[in-house]
This record gives sequence, C-alpha cells and structure tokens, in this order.
Amino acid sequence: MTDRIVGIDLGTTNSLVAFMQGDRPVVIPGADGVNLVPSVVALDDKDQIIVGNAARKYLIETPERAVYSIKRLMGRGIEDIQQELKLFPFRLADDLQTGEVLRIRLGERTFTPPEISAFVLRQLKRNADRFFNAPVTKAVITVPAYFNDAQRQATKDAGRIAGLEVLRLVNEPTAASLAYGLDKKQNGIVAVYDLGGGTFDISILKLHDGIFEVVATNGDTHLGGDDIDNLLITIALDDIRGDMGLDVSRDGEAVATIRKAVIEAKIALSSQPATTLEVELPGGKHYLRKIAREQFEQLIQPIIDRTVGPCKQALKDAGLKPEQIDEVVLVGGSTRIPKVRVLVEAMFQRKPHTDLNPDEVVALGAAVQANILSGGSEATENMLLLDVTPLSLGIEVAGGVTDKIILRNSTIPASATQHYTTQVDGQTNVAIHVLQGERELAKDCRSLARFELKGIPSMPAGIPRVEVKFLIDANGILHVSAREQRSGKEAEIEVQPSYGLTDEQVESMILDSFDSAEEDFRERQVIEARNEAGTILAALEKGKRSPAWGQLTSAEKKRIAKLEKALNEVKSEDDYQAIRTAIDALNQGTMRLAELMMDSAVSTALKGKTMDQADMGEGPDAPHPVAKAEFE
Amino acid sequence: MVIDTSKTISAPASGDTTASCWSCGDMRAAHFCHACGKVQPPLPVNYFSFFGLPRKLNVDVLRLERDFYELSRKLHPDLNARADKREQEWSLEQSSLLNDAYRTLKDPIKRTQYLLRLEGVELEEQSKTATEKARASGEVKKQIVPPDLLEEVFELNMQLEELRMNKKMGEHDPALVKDLEAHKAQFEKKYEELAEELKGHWNRWDQAVDRNNGDERRGALDSMVDLLNRRSYIRNLVRDVNEALGN
Repeated sequence: MTDRIVGIDLGTTNSLVAFMQGDRPVVIPGADGVNLVPSVVALDDKDQIIVGNAARKYLIETPERAVYSIKRLMGRGIEDIQQELKLFPFRLADDLQTGEVLRIRLGERTFTPPEISAFVLRQLKRNADRFFNAPVTKAVITVPAYFNDAQRQATKDAGRIAGLEVLRLVNEPTAASLAYGLDKKQNGIVAVYDLGGGTFDISILKLHDGIFEVVATNGDTHLGGDDIDNLLITIALDDIRGDMGLDVSRDGEAVATIRKAVIEAKIALSSQPATTLEVELPGGKHYLRKIAREQFEQLIQPIIDRTVGPCKQALKDAGLKPEQIDEVVLVGGSTRIPKVRVLVEAMFQRKPHTDLNPDEVVALGAAVQANILSGGSEATENMLLLDVTPLSLGIEVAGGVTDKIILRNSTIPASATQHYTTQVDGQTNVAIHVLQGERELAKDCRSLARFELKGIPSMPAGIPRVEVKFLIDANGILHVSAREQRSGKEAEIEVQPSYGLTDEQVESMILDSFDSAEEDFRERQVIEARNEAGTILAALEKGKRSPAWGQLTSAEKKRIAKLEKALNEVKSEDDYQAIRTAIDALNQGTMRLAELMMDSAVSTALKGKTMDQADMGEGPDAPHPVAKAEFE
Repeated sequence: MVIDTSKTISAPASGDTTASCWSCGDMRAAHFCHACGKVQPPLPVNYFSFFGLPRKLNVDVLRLERDFYELSRKLHPDLNARADKREQEWSLEQSSLLNDAYRTLKDPIKRTQYLLRLEGVELEEQSKTATEKARASGEVKKQIVPPDLLEEVFELNMQLEELRMNKKMGEHDPALVKDLEAHKAQFEKKYEELAEELKGHWNRWDQAVDRNNGDERRGALDSMVDLLNRRSYIRNLVRDVNEALGN
C-alpha cells in the first residue's frame, strides 16, 4: 500500500487534518474528539509547548507565553508587519535585525513563524498518527490563494520542521471547490468566496469533466475575522477609557479577555438579533455593552466591503460577468456572518452554497487532493486541479521598473525565459532582482530574491548570452536556473532570498531535534526521580535501624515493605511519572515513622512532615526534587 | 523560491521539431507513451509543434482546449507525484511547456506576437520595457505615430495638454472632458476593429505557408508588425486619456 497522505488546512484561527476514507473525505478529530485545532501555541510553566484548545487558556492567563494568528506573519519581514504589530499582541525578539526572519517571543524563548506553525502541524500529525495508529509523514497543506512566494515557502518550511513531507501546497478556495465538486460532478463556472480568520480569497473556476481549471484568483492576505475582532476590541477599549476612565489597552490579560468576549459576541450575532458584550476588568469592574446586529453590521461594513474590489478584479481577469457564474461557494468561518452572505448574494446575483461546513471544507478538499496525488480512487477518478499563480512575476530592469515575465492567473506550472548579457568587456557577473506583484515600479512590488549570475566567461560586452529560466511549480513556488548559451556553461547563481529561512536553518529547526530535546527533558526527569527515590530509600533504611521502627505495628511495617518494593521495581524503569507516584506513596506510608523518629519535643512542630524531610541529616545532599526544567 | 543550478532546461528552439507522430500527426505520441502512459522527456519544440500544429495563425481554439485538457491529464505533476524523481522533473517541465503553449496560442494577439518572434521579428511591442521605463522616469517615449492616425493624435494631444493645464489651474471644463471621452471612444472602436483586420493578415500568412511563398510570408509579417504597433500605440493613447481623466 502506498504511503498515506493527509490533507491539512493550516488556518489563521483553526487548523484541521483530513483524509479520504473510501469515497468520502473526513476530518480526523483530536484526542479530545474535536475536529478543530485552534492555531494557538503556548509555553506552559515547565516550558513545554502546548497547542490547540489546551493552549487557549494561556492567551488569557499568561499572554506573554502564548501566540495566535501566526499565519499573518508567515513569510513576512519586519517592515511589512508594522500594521499587524499595532493590532496583534505579537512580541518580537528584541535583537531582531532588518532582513532577518521574524522571531516571536514566548516566555524566555523565541521562535520563527514557521516554527510556531510547525507546532500546530505537529499536533495535527499526532492526531493523525493516533487515528491511524501509524506515523503519517506526507501531507498536502493548503494556503490562501493570494499567498506570495515567500509565504508559500514559509508554509512548506513549517511542514518540513514538523517532520512532514509537503507533497503539494493547494490554494484554499481551490481545495474547497474540490470538496464541493466531489458531489456535483458537473460542468460550469464556480466562484469560491473564502473569508477566513485572517485572509480573503476569491477564485473563479471552470469545471470541465473533472478538470478544475482556475481562471482567475484575487484576494487580500490581511483581511478576515481578525479585523472584525480588532475593530470591536478598539471600540470596547475606547468605551472603557471613556466611560470608566480606565486604560487597559496595555494590559495583555485584559485585552485577551476582551478579545474572547468580542469573538463570542460576533459569533452570537450570526444567529441572534442582539447580544451583550460582558467583560470583567482588572479590579473587578464589569464592562457591559449591548450590541444589536444592525449596529454590528454597520460597524463591519467597511471591512467586508474590502472583499468587493478583489471579486470585481477576478471577474474582470476571468473575462466574465457576474451573471455568468453558475455557482457560488462560501468558505471560511467569517462567511457565517449574515451580512457577508447578503453581500455575496448581491455581488454574484445568486444564493451561495453553504451545504458544507465552512470551517471544514478546505481540509476536506485537501484530503481529496491528497488522494489524487496518491494515485486516485474511484471517487477522484478523472479529477485534476489546474491552478494559477495569483501574482505576476517580474524582474527589475533599468530605471527601477518591473518587467513582468509571468502574468498573474497563468496556469501553473508556468515558465519564462529571459536572456541577459553583459554591459562591459570582461564582465563575469550579472545581478538579477526577482519581484512579485502587479505594480509598475520595483519598489512597490514584493522582492523575492536578488541573485547574481556568476562565472560568465570573460567576453566583450554584449556577447555572452545567459539564459535564465524562471519556473513556477505546481505549489506556486519559483525555481530559477541559468545557462550561458555561447559557452554552454551553466552559470552559477548566488541567491539572497529577501525573506525566509535558508535550507540549513530549516534543517536545524526540524522538530526531530526538538523531539530529542523533549527526550532529553524526559531523561533528566527520570534521573532526578531516581535520585529522589534513592534518597527516600536510604532514609528508610536509616529509619528501620532507629528505635522508632519498633513502635510501628506489623501492618504498618508490612505496608511500608510493599511500598518500598513497588518503588524499587519502577525505579529502574524510564517512566519518571511512575517513579514519582511510587515516591509519593512511600512518603505517605512512612509519615508515621517520620513522626516517631522525631524527638518528642520537635515532633509536634514537625508534624505532617515526610520521611526525607524528617531525616534532616541527609537533607542538604539530596537533589532538589523538582529541578527547573530547561531544554534547548 | 528555489534555486536550482543542478540542471539546465532546454528552451524551445526556433526550428520546428515535429512533436507529433510522423504518420498520423498525433502530437500526443511525443509527450507520453501510449502503451504505459509514462511522461517522456521534453523535446525542443515550439508552442505550435508542441500541439502538433503547423506554424499557422488560424487555430481551432476549441480543439486546442480539448488537447490541452487531454495532455494535462497525462503530463500534470499531480498525476505523476508517485513517479521517480527524473519523471517528476519531466512532468514539471512538460506541463509548464504545455501551459505556456496553451496560454500563448489561445490568445489571438499573443499567438501573433509569438509567431512573429519565431520568425525573427523584434516587435516595437517587445520594447514595452523601454516604454515603462520612460513612463517611470516621467519622460515621453518617442514613438512613431502611425500615419493614418496623425491628425487625430495631434488633436487629442492638444486636448490632453489643455486638460492638464486646466487641472493645474484648478479649472474644470466639462465640454473638454466630453470631447476627450468621445475621442477615446473613437480610438477604442478602432482598437476593436484591428482584431478583424488582423484576421485578414492571418489568412494571408496561412495561405503563404501553404504555398510556401516567401514574399507573401514577408508581406504578411510586415502587415502584422504594423498592425500590432498601431494597436499598442492606440492602447497607450487610451491609457493616457484615462489617466488624464482620472478614470
């Protein structure tokens, strides 16, 4: 049997893993039975990584040790996240240099966005491993259609760090269409409107006998439910400042509490006409505010209106009028908002489909794509996805102008060749600046990389002819290769990626090394527990020789012997928790012995102390029972 | 972004390597094996020969689409994800070639430009970089005005100048704006008409290919170059008017 490939939706707010069970894609639940894994990562007080639902409480309790919506920072540099920093409690590392990959502080440690995403992916991988009772190593991961090269690469890196071979990055709206298309094998034009937690995509597809051909896509990688939350938080903070004279905007815990409350209110307003926002503030004061749906809709109108432009552009690029769209599909949690549905219906002049759960449909589609990649099945027979690159690829030419060489909405894989020559005699290097975006000037486009063609044979100016091939693969990721045509020599390329991790950095981050750090942590725990067991057993031997021993009943002695035996048995095993349990039991069982051993004068004062505490002579040499865990 | 220096990719050569069965003309034979379905290494083909088409400009777009879908079902990397590394590389190259070829040939203008390039013609259109550079630096790129447009362009430029002056002075002349809009509409109409005219040149070219008539071929090429230049000139003009009007 071929390797199992899972489909993963690595979302801004929630992540899911799914696979094809027979002819249907299904979501794999976590150990808690829940399908959605919140994309929240936290460090607990033992510096252990906590992911998902369990991590959510840390957002409020220890916000400086927790992070959410990390997807917003994937593949981005410090200069393009200034806006996010105002709205999100991201804590950047203090020593961050310009041009360096971002690092986020969690407690005392720092992590890059791909590493944080990798923690989420690893949780999903564990859920899948547990479900299949076998390790899963291959995955299809979805990304917003409008993600650029750097954001895609960062997502792929996250997969690698999590120990997953990422066979394909699939665009989220396209994946959703696959999940829908499974049921309705029909031909026609479909528009997928995907408004998630942090990103918005619109994709227009042509369905033709199982071929899902994307004809145009557009979007905004910084538009989603988060923006609605932030707007409501800002209003609440203003209210609290105005009405109560209290500025809690710098209080991480208070802001996190308000955030939780506004999200609940937002969700409630999708099904009820009004709700009350209620927040308990530091000092015990309560902030109460009634919100009517109508009022909420007015507030969010400017945000959801931002989806109109990309939709119009996608229609224009596809050469279609709204009435030519046969079906509209809604994806993403934010499309549960009735006002969003009204907007979509008005724009495309038809009622959108909502039959599949908008939170799950992307993961389900990823599972369908995973099935296609693994050779297909009866259900996916004849299905093929032809996706496009969302952004034009260009190179900088004289005057700081972008020369577009692969236009947006080109079906991928796509390629372009460019020819370069030298400007002066004997020149052996040529510099190339690769850009992504639609703007005319290079400075307004996204810089992907600068690279230098080296080792061009020394010839008079203008004679060398270096052919550079740019190829965007089926993941939407750019590959570059070069050849000097006169000499037939391959030109060497030296790359300076504008954003992103180097291969070496990714290698060093792979979570196996993190797992081994956890392994180290466990080993240390075992050693410490064994030491402690040795201490208490030694103290017991001493006690047996003391006159106090004779004062115990035979039942007490028998019980102590049993507990001693139990501790001796688990002591040699690697389970530190079992050793600790046995230590605790023996401590409890020898409580009376410890008391009796005390001098009657001190015995009253030391009542309730345990064996090794009573044996003060050994105290200073005993290892600290819970040494602070640290691992790197 | 991934940089790969380990391989060189052969670009479509300018000579026509036939990518079709020598006997029945079926181009699929060149790209994947009919017996086992395996993807074949890419041949040095041009976009026409990739689809087994002659170097002619009248193309049956529906048939092209059908062939595109059929070849996609064989060549796409998704369907070769389990093949060995070498086959996966061929699949990637073949399907990017397929996509590039389809994208170029299905569009009448891109198809024409591509043919001209294959025939060794460097189009004015090709120097769009220079145009954009000039725009970026705020200079006016020197372009030869197509003679038949000379009068209208002259008038239009006067009006544009006037409009810009008005803007500077903070004045608004609705009559002038209306005039410009009318002018623009005229040029847009001309632009549309060029598509019809182009088809005439296509026919001339295709017939010349059939008859293997070198003079006719050159004549057709020259007419197409001239037409595309006029087209890009009008397009720039319309863009300038739109910009001036703030559209």
